[in-house]
Amino acid sequence: MLKLTMALAAVAVGATAAAAPALAQQNEQFLPSLVYRTGPYAPNGIPFANGVADYWTLLNERDGGINGVKIVFEECETGYATDKGVECYERLKGKGPTGAGYFSPLSTGITFALTEKVPGDKIPLLTMGYGRSESRNGAVFPWNFVAVGSYWTAADVAVQHIAKELGGVDKLKGKKISLVYHDSPYGKEPIAALEERAKKNGFTFKAIPVTHPGVEQKSQWLSIRQDRPDYVLLWGWGVMNSTAVKEAAAVGYPRDKVIGVWWSGAEPDVTPAGEQSKGYKALMLQHGAGKFKVHADLDKFVISKNKTATKDDYAQVLYNRGLLNSMLGTEAIRTAMKKYGNKPMTGEQIRWGFENLNLTEARIKELGFEGMVSPIKLSCQDHQGADVARVQQWDGKEWKIISGYYKADLSILDPMVKDASAKYAAEKKITPRDCSKES
Amino acid sequence: MVAFGQFLEVLISGLLAGVLYSLVALGFVLIFKASGVFNFAQGAMVLLAGLALVRALDLMVAKGMPFWGAVIVGLVFAAAVMSLTAYLVERFVLGPLVNQDGLTLFMATIGVTFIIEGGAQMLFGAEVYPLPLFPTDAWFLFEKTFEGGILVSKIDVWGGMIAAVLVVGLALFFQRTKTGRALRAVADDHAAAQSVGISLDWIWFIVWLVAGLVALVAATVWGTKLGVQFSITFLALKALPVLIIGGFTSVPGAIVGGLIVGAGEKIAEAYLGPSIGGGIEYWFAYVLALAVLLARPQGLFGERIIERI
Repeated sequence: MLKLTMALAAVAVGATAAAAPALAQQNEQFLPSLVYRTGPYAPNGIPFANGVADYWTLLNERDGGINGVKIVFEECETGYATDKGVECYERLKGKGPTGAGYFSPLSTGITFALTEKVPGDKIPLLTMGYGRSESRNGAVFPWNFVAVGSYWTAADVAVQHIAKELGGVDKLKGKKISLVYHDSPYGKEPIAALEERAKKNGFTFKAIPVTHPGVEQKSQWLSIRQDRPDYVLLWGWGVMNSTAVKEAAAVGYPRDKVIGVWWSGAEPDVTPAGEQSKGYKALMLQHGAGKFKVHADLDKFVISKNKTATKDDYAQVLYNRGLLNSMLGTEAIRTAMKKYGNKPMTGEQIRWGFENLNLTEARIKELGFEGMVSPIKLSCQDHQGADVARVQQWDGKEWKIISGYYKADLSILDPMVKDASAKYAAEKKITPRDCSKES
Repeated sequence: MVAFGQFLEVLISGLLAGVLYSLVALGFVLIFKASGVFNFAQGAMVLLAGLALVRALDLMVAKGMPFWGAVIVGLVFAAAVMSLTAYLVERFVLGPLVNQDGLTLFMATIGVTFIIEGGAQMLFGAEVYPLPLFPTDAWFLFEKTFEGGILVSKIDVWGGMIAAVLVVGLALFFQRTKTGRALRAVADDHAAAQSVGISLDWIWFIVWLVAGLVALVAATVWGTKLGVQFSITFLALKALPVLIIGGFTSVPGAIVGGLIVGAGEKIAEAYLGPSIGGGIEYWFAYVLALAVLLARPQGLFGERIIERI
C-alpha cells in the first residue's frame, strides 16, 4: 500500500513538474527571425538581426513581454538565399502555442516566395521597406505588409531629391539618370516607377544590372563613365554597395551624384571604401543612425545586463532598422491583444493587429522612437501606411541628414499599385477583399 | 576615335581583371598538378588568408604598431594560419583518402570548403574589413588622343605585376626544384610516386601550403579591391572557367585563361549586354569555357590524358 501511495505521489509530482513549463509555454508568443549572419550579405544582415533581437529582449526584460505575454524567438539562418528562407519558414511556422506570429525575411526574393505561402498558413509577412511594392494593396495582398515604404516610394523620392538639387522638377527634362541595380527581384523593383517618372518628367532612364553578389562591376562603371549620366541611383545590397562606391571613385564619377536606396545607406556600405565614400548619398527609411530614447532603455535593460546580440553595430542604421521592425511587429500584436485579449496571438489575429495599427506621434514618443519615425497608420486597404523618406550623406565619418521629408507622389504611384495588384490578382485568381466590409 | 578609345578601355580593364582571376586560379592549378585533386576550397582559402591577415593587421595597428610593420606581422600570421590549414587538411582529410578516386577527393574538398568558410567567419568575424595595401585610384592614359583618356586601375596593374612574379616563381619551383619534380610525380600516380620513396604526406602538405600562400597573395589584391569579406569566396566560381580554358595543369594556362575570360566577359558585357538585358558577365565566362571544352577538352594548355583500356 505504501509503495502504491509513493508511486502515485511520484506520478503526481512528475505531472505537476511537466505541466509547469507547458503552462508557461502557453503564455508565450513565438516570433521567428529569418537572419543572415554568415555569407556574402552578413555585414548587412547582422546589425539588422541584432536590432530585431535586442528589441524583443528589451520588451521581455523591461515589461515581461507584451502585456505579460513573454516573447520567445528563434533565429534561422537563410544566407539571403530564397530556398533556405523557405526552408526556415516551413521549420518555424508551426512553433509556439499559436504558431509563428509573423515573418520578416529581410529579402525581397524570399518575400516573393513566401507571398505564395502565407495565405494558406495565415501568417502575416512584415516587409518593412522592401518586398513587392504593389502589396501595399491589402485587398489583394491580405498577408503582406510593406510598411513604412516601398521601392516605388523610394524611387519617387529619389527623383524628387534630384529635381530639388537641380533646381526644380522642370529641370529634369533632358537629363540622364542611370540605375545600377542588383540583378534580382529586389533590384528590379524600382524600374517600373523610374520609367513612369522618366515618361512624366522627360529624363532619359537607363537600368544597368549587376550580377549577384556584385563584386565585379567594372564594365558597368566604365559604361557609366562613357554615358556620363547626371545622376546614378544605386539599388544594391551587401558587398555590391561598397564595390559600387569604390568603382564610382575609380572611374572618377562624383560620389555626391550617386544616391542609394535605403538598403544602400548603412555603415557597412561606406566604411570599406574609406575616403572614397565621402559625399555619397542615400535615402533613409525615415530613420538614420544614432541614439534615441529607446536606446536609453536598451542600455539599461539589455546592454548593461549583457543580454544584447550586438557588438560593434549598436545604434547604427541597420541596427536601428531592426529595432523599428520589431517595434512595428510587437505593436501590431499589442493592437491585436486589445481585441482578442492578453494571450498569445495567432497569425490571423496579428494580421488584424497590423491592419488596425495606428502609431500616433504620442505613441511613438511613448515607445522611445520619437525622431526615428513619423506616424504610421495601416488599414485593410493600405498596408504601407507611410509615404515619406529623407536623404542622408556620408561625410567620411558619419551619416548626416541633408533633407527634410519628401512625400512620394501618389498621383503616380497609386495607379501603379492598382494596376500591378489587379494583374497579380488576375494571374493568381484572387478575388480582392472588400475592405469596406472588414471590421 | 571615341568608340575605339572606349573599346581599348574595356579591353585593358578586362585583361587586367582576368589576371586577378588567374591569381585565384593558380591555387587550383597547383593542387591539381600535384595531387590530381580539384580543390573546391581554394576560394575559401583566399577568404581565410585574407581574414587572418586583416584581423592581425588591425589588431597590431590598434596596439600602436606602424602600418607597414603591422602588415608584416599580419602576413606572417596569415602564412602561419595557412600552414596550419595545410597540415590539418593533409592530416585529417587527404591523408586518410590516399589512392581514393579523384571524385572522392573532390567531394572531400567541398567539405573542407564549408569548414573553412564557417571557421574563418567564426574566428575572425563576418564583417567587411578594409585592407588598404595598394592604391585603388586610376591612371588616365592617352588623354590627348582619346577624350577623357583611357582608364587603367592601379590596383589591377599591381595585381598583374604580382601575378607575373608568381608565375615565374612557380614555374621555376616546378621545373627546377627537387620538391617541384616530386610534386609532378605525385600528380601522375600516387602509388608509383610512393614506391620510389616520395613521401606523400610531406608532398601534400607542401602543395597545400603553397596553394595557401598563393591564396594569401590573391587575398592581398582582392582584399584591397573589395575589402576582406565573404564574397571573396565567389572568386572560385570566376576561376573555374579560367581553368577550363587554360587547362587544369598549366600555370601559364591559368594566366592565358584569365586574360581570355576577363577580356571576353567585359567586352561581352559592354557591347552585347545592352542588347540582351545586361548582367551577362557571370555566365558569359562559362559560354567561353564551354566553347573551349568542345574544341579542346583538356584546355588550351592542359595535358592530353590518354587512358588505355
